[in-house]
Amino acid sequence: MLAATLSTGWFLENAWLIPLVPAIGFLFIIFFGKKMPQNGSEIGIVSIGISLAIAIGATFQWIDRVNSASGGGEHTATGFFGTLRAIFPSATETGEHAASFVEPVVKSWTWWQSGGLEFGLGQHIDGLSIMLLLLVTFISFLVQIYSTEYVSGDRRYTHFFASLTLFSAGMLVMVLAENMLQLILGWEIMGLCSFMLIGHWWEEEANSRAALKAFFTVRVGDVGLLVGTAIIFFGANDWAVEHGSNGFSIRGISAWALSGEASQSVLFWGGVALFIASIGKSGQFPLHTWLPDAMAGPTPVSSLLHSSTMVVAGVFLVARLYPVFFVGFDILDTSVNFITIIGGITIIVAAALAFVQDDIKKVLAYSTVSQLGYMMLGLGVGAWLPAVFHIFTHAFFKCALFLGAGSISHSGSHHSFDMKKDMGGLAKKMPITAATWMVSTAALCGIPFFSGFFSKDEIIDNASHNGYQFFYYLALVGAFMTPAYMTRATYLTFFGKPRGAAAGEHHDDGHDDAHGGAHADHDDHHGDAHDDHGAHDDHGAHHGPHESPWRITAPLIVLSILAIGSGYLNAPAFGTHYFTDWVEPVGVEVALDDGYDYASSEDEHASVVLAAVQAEETDGYSSEAKGCGFADPADGTVCYAPKLSHATFSWSKAMPSIILVFAGILFSAWVCMGIYGDRKNPLVGLTSKFAPARWVHTLLVNKYYLDHLYEKIIVFAFAHPIAKAAYWVNQNILDGIVDSVGRGGRATGEWVYRNVDQRVVDGAVNASGLAASEGGHALQPVQSGKVNQYGALLFGAATVGAIVLILVNI
Amino acid sequence: MYAVNFLILAALLFAIGVFGVIARRNAVMVLMSIELILNSVNLNLIAFAMMNNSPEGHVFALYVIAVAAAEVGVGLAMVLMIYRNRRSIALDELSVMKG
Amino acid sequence: MQTITNDNWLLTVGTFLPLVGVLLMMFIPASEEKTHKQIGILTSAVTAAVGVYTLLRFDFGQSENLQFFVDSEWITVIKSNYTIGLDGISLPLYFLSMVVTLLVMIYTWDNMPDAGNPKSFIILMLVLQVGMAGSFIAQDLILFFVFFEVVLLPMYFMIGVWGGDDRQYASLKFFLYTMFGSALMLVAFLALFFQTGAESFSFAHLMEAGALIDRDVQIWIFAGMFVGFAVKVPMFPFHTWLPDAHTQAPTQGSVILAAILLKLGTYGFVRIAIPMLPQGAKAWAPVIGILAVIGIIYGALGCLAQTDMKRLIAFSSVAHMGFVMLGISTLTDFGINAALFGMVAHGLITGMLFFVAGSVKHRYHTLEISRLSGMLIQMPRLGWILGFASMASLGLPGLAGFWGEFPAILSAYNPNFGLSEVLFRTLMVIAAIGTVFAAAYLLWLYQRTAFGRPNPEFDQHAHPVGAGVDDEHHEADIHDVTKIEWIAWTPFLIAIVVFGVYPQLMFGVMDPAVSLLIERVGAGIP
Repeated sequence: MLAATLSTGWFLENAWLIPLVPAIGFLFIIFFGKKMPQNGSEIGIVSIGISLAIAIGATFQWIDRVNSASGGGEHTATGFFGTLRAIFPSATETGEHAASFVEPVVKSWTWWQSGGLEFGLGQHIDGLSIMLLLLVTFISFLVQIYSTEYVSGDRRYTHFFASLTLFSAGMLVMVLAENMLQLILGWEIMGLCSFMLIGHWWEEEANSRAALKAFFTVRVGDVGLLVGTAIIFFGANDWAVEHGSNGFSIRGISAWALSGEASQSVLFWGGVALFIASIGKSGQFPLHTWLPDAMAGPTPVSSLLHSSTMVVAGVFLVARLYPVFFVGFDILDTSVNFITIIGGITIIVAAALAFVQDDIKKVLAYSTVSQLGYMMLGLGVGAWLPAVFHIFTHAFFKCALFLGAGSISHSGSHHSFDMKKDMGGLAKKMPITAATWMVSTAALCGIPFFSGFFSKDEIIDNASHNGYQFFYYLALVGAFMTPAYMTRATYLTFFGKPRGAAAGEHHDDGHDDAHGGAHADHDDHHGDAHDDHGAHDDHGAHHGPHESPWRITAPLIVLSILAIGSGYLNAPAFGTHYFTDWVEPVGVEVALDDGYDYASSEDEHASVVLAAVQAEETDGYSSEAKGCGFADPADGTVCYAPKLSHATFSWSKAMPSIILVFAGILFSAWVCMGIYGDRKNPLVGLTSKFAPARWVHTLLVNKYYLDHLYEKIIVFAFAHPIAKAAYWVNQNILDGIVDSVGRGGRATGEWVYRNVDQRVVDGAVNASGLAASEGGHALQPVQSGKVNQYGALLFGAATVGAIVLILVNI
Repeated sequence: MYAVNFLILAALLFAIGVFGVIARRNAVMVLMSIELILNSVNLNLIAFAMMNNSPEGHVFALYVIAVAAAEVGVGLAMVLMIYRNRRSIALDELSVMKG
Repeated sequence: MQTITNDNWLLTVGTFLPLVGVLLMMFIPASEEKTHKQIGILTSAVTAAVGVYTLLRFDFGQSENLQFFVDSEWITVIKSNYTIGLDGISLPLYFLSMVVTLLVMIYTWDNMPDAGNPKSFIILMLVLQVGMAGSFIAQDLILFFVFFEVVLLPMYFMIGVWGGDDRQYASLKFFLYTMFGSALMLVAFLALFFQTGAESFSFAHLMEAGALIDRDVQIWIFAGMFVGFAVKVPMFPFHTWLPDAHTQAPTQGSVILAAILLKLGTYGFVRIAIPMLPQGAKAWAPVIGILAVIGIIYGALGCLAQTDMKRLIAFSSVAHMGFVMLGISTLTDFGINAALFGMVAHGLITGMLFFVAGSVKHRYHTLEISRLSGMLIQMPRLGWILGFASMASLGLPGLAGFWGEFPAILSAYNPNFGLSEVLFRTLMVIAAIGTVFAAAYLLWLYQRTAFGRPNPEFDQHAHPVGAGVDDEHHEADIHDVTKIEWIAWTPFLIAIVVFGVYPQLMFGVMDPAVSLLIERVGAGIP
């Protein structure tokens, strides 16, 4: 099977259009949006729609490419239907995994060059990026449709869509980044857009503070990104240039990290720095604090942020540069590393916080943080594929949950997100929302046969498989906590007695505090912009909870179907492993063709890189002995991905987590009914009766005091004493020196003036004048005015002169 | 030889002139004494010119005579003005220029 | 280095053309204010047109060579020639100075500072332009020094006459501080001249001969130049004149100061100090690097302590010029490229921020951050521009600021010529932390001024664009961006985006020249 020709196609080769279209769409919305009939939202939807179409095309062609690689080109299909036919046979026909490395579709254009280094822009399309491209465009598309209803009538409707579109573009730029610089570009664009979107209702200070906090916290992590990129670049560049790439190229870095020539310490420190960036972006402990605050943004933003973009970016970074982390942290040789520690802590810490939230969106936010912890843990324990798969499944059900929460606040609880005050018993009033919520919750909890089960359980299973026993138990604890807090949220929202707005009560001022006043703004400005919300209030007769309109429910239904279905792409329990085949880069050695140049920027023409030669066939996954990441690749070959083994699924191994999930649900349901349902239950007031419980509760309510630490201590210290001190130093010491030099100069001048100038120099002048004057006075008598005397003097003097003359001459 | 006589005569005239300038109180007399001094100088000039056999001395003497004439003219005019103002030409009474 | 003498009248004309306008204005009475403004705009427009023509005639394929080269006798007694030329290093700055002057002139049309008298004001700006452009084309030390000093006086008067309340102090401080630096610099120039055998002041000669000077002597001469240029940059701890000068200067002065004048210092390092004294540069590089990084953190902390918007922007200059100096201190071509890019980017972005600050002052009559709020409601466009410029300033990729900052950080990982890697890598990390501070103070500024609701004391119905622009009597006349402001600002905004999206535009011009420069430096270091 040498030199397998891989199929490609227009969509794959032009995947770079996927981010470009929304980026152009953004410009159109900014400049022309307000003049459009739908105020620009149609541009956003159309541009994302085009991207989605290209992404779908690219996905099919990628699948085709994978199949052609594993089947030696047999399935190289032509046409759309041929492609469709070619998609699914691999599992049934061969029953074994594709064992060849599928060359990504890489393109690069020179962006700029400086000091002999070249920087490119391009695309790097492999399974991971294809998966995320599809996911991001799909979710963005649904969210935009949802938003047309949800934020309709908002005064910055056009800007909202502009930011949303640019946000997706940023994520897409990052996802198909060919090199680190492009990745940073997309990364930061997302940061900017999150700032704009979270602070969308910036009239309230709380919102703008949340936006600031989000941007700033992520920015703290970005230090790691900049430093890590620099470290990796200089570590990899020499090697990569020798092998026809450069130190920014994702491929160059991956190959270098696995080449065995990379310095372990460079990889380690580079990995640490990059992971700090991931911590910031993906809301890992201890930089997770911005995520719940980011709920200040409109709900569609939260759902987009938390499902497929922004927070996933950090996980993506680790997954993308996995060889760096794999070798740098020695992932399969140790039982603990930086990534697993952070991921493990995050799972538990965030899940615990979710128990004490009253705001439904904050529960979901902490749930996201916790699930991101799972993804990180997965990557940390060497379960690359399950982690990536968890990104995939999580996106659907988390997006559905957020949109569901939005639907509740939109139509059920009168713009409140407070579960305790304004919800309860909504299941009957909002059946579609409730049903989709239930399905998504089941998926999130990891109940068997829902998608979350297939991804999360794989992570847990692999943790134990790869020798990370401690984290295996930690993940199991998380598996218990997740259903517990979700059951609590579900109970409070959909069951029990309706409260507050859910019961149809009006209390326009009551929920302001509940949600940072995000919607309080609406009420303050009834007249001018919020026609739609005004219209809601005018429903009159059937004001109160009701089901949302189709533009909200349709995305919910689609997503909840996927919340079940997406898991079956890779359900080992049913023997499917499509996702593995399509997405996972196979860790085998790949020969470098002579003259093969994947940076391909010599003549500044884009070139599609196709040819890579299959060097060596390995026999399946089970061979543990050697392979990429464990031994150095042979001469003339490189590795692009470490060789990973997968735990084999069995129901017996899955049993502990399944039991814990149901235990969590039952326990939580019992406690919830106890606390929230029955006032006489002994559990009521537990926190006031039992001191340790109170301490834990206080600790959780205060979010472990991390916000205090950051805002009250660190930020405060920099913003106040330290900055003030620095400024004081500036004004009083540095400037003081300058000023005192100036003053000293002036004092010296005065002294010189007074003592030297006035006394010595001027004194001399005055003295000569005085001498002349005195001399004149002394000679005054000579000037008698008598002519005779003058004559006498004249002649006397002449005589004297004559005598002197005579004497001298003699 | 005989030039010495001229020089002695000139010295005598000069001495008389100096005495006149210093001692006389009458302004006219002082002017006349100055005239004597000038003429003694003239005599000297001519005597030296003869000794050196050159005409420059004569030229200078003639020049001095012309200057002396002008000087006497101015001097007498001043004396006249002084007399008109003060009704006296006694020099010891004139001390306006005292410093 | 070769020299190309085609079209060599261009530079002389481009540099001295503003003087024609000055001459013309001399004969027109000061009361005809409009005529003066028209002449000012016209002159600078023609100058900028010459600049554009220069750009077109510039041979980008040979940007490492001096083009439009002139070398004619000037002051033969001291062996100083009128030597001028333009290469990839000076071209962007030369052109920038022309464009900035033009835009500032246009801005002056509507926004004359309170002291009035546009005649003198515009004459000073034109003279300033001569000095700035001249400094960038001079290829002779004495000529450079003359132009360098010509810049000083107009700026002194601009601050001293048209400045804020504390203008006397600020202008004097600016003048004396810079003069102090110049004095040391001149001594260093003369020392260099005599140490190289007192043959010529031309850059080309000194670059060859300077490298042969004894190392210890080089270090001393470099010290003199260092102080002279560092004051101008300004580097910590010579920066204290900057906040005062910026705060007190009229908007036009601030913009020119930030956009061009500060660059004279960094340009001096790149063009004069480093290539002429390679060993001195190597010895001083760690010091420069450390001071640069201190400047980054320190400037940012200074920003956080400010209550005045303009002063905050001024302090941010200290931080940003720290990145520029960090790039220079690595002595790598990559780092110096980054520094040169950073210079232009900082000029555009900070210039833009000062424009915005000027307009805010014009409308609210205050720049107290605590009193400003809700600008996005009252003046949405101005608020957006402020946000845009802040984002560019904090180094968002895709906008110009990033390409000065990130490559400078990157270059510090691997300094050239055996400089201490440990030291520079530490500096790299600290500088990267500096970017966080940049985000902090700029976003904090933006959050406080643009977000939220307008301060009740200024709360009124916003005027539509263009209405009531000339209504000077109306207190706190708060209107959105005017037409004149759009004309003056749009080129800045476009340039920030264009250079951000396609940095190759500038890197492509600079890179060959900088590579050659570093090659020469490398040759001078044993």
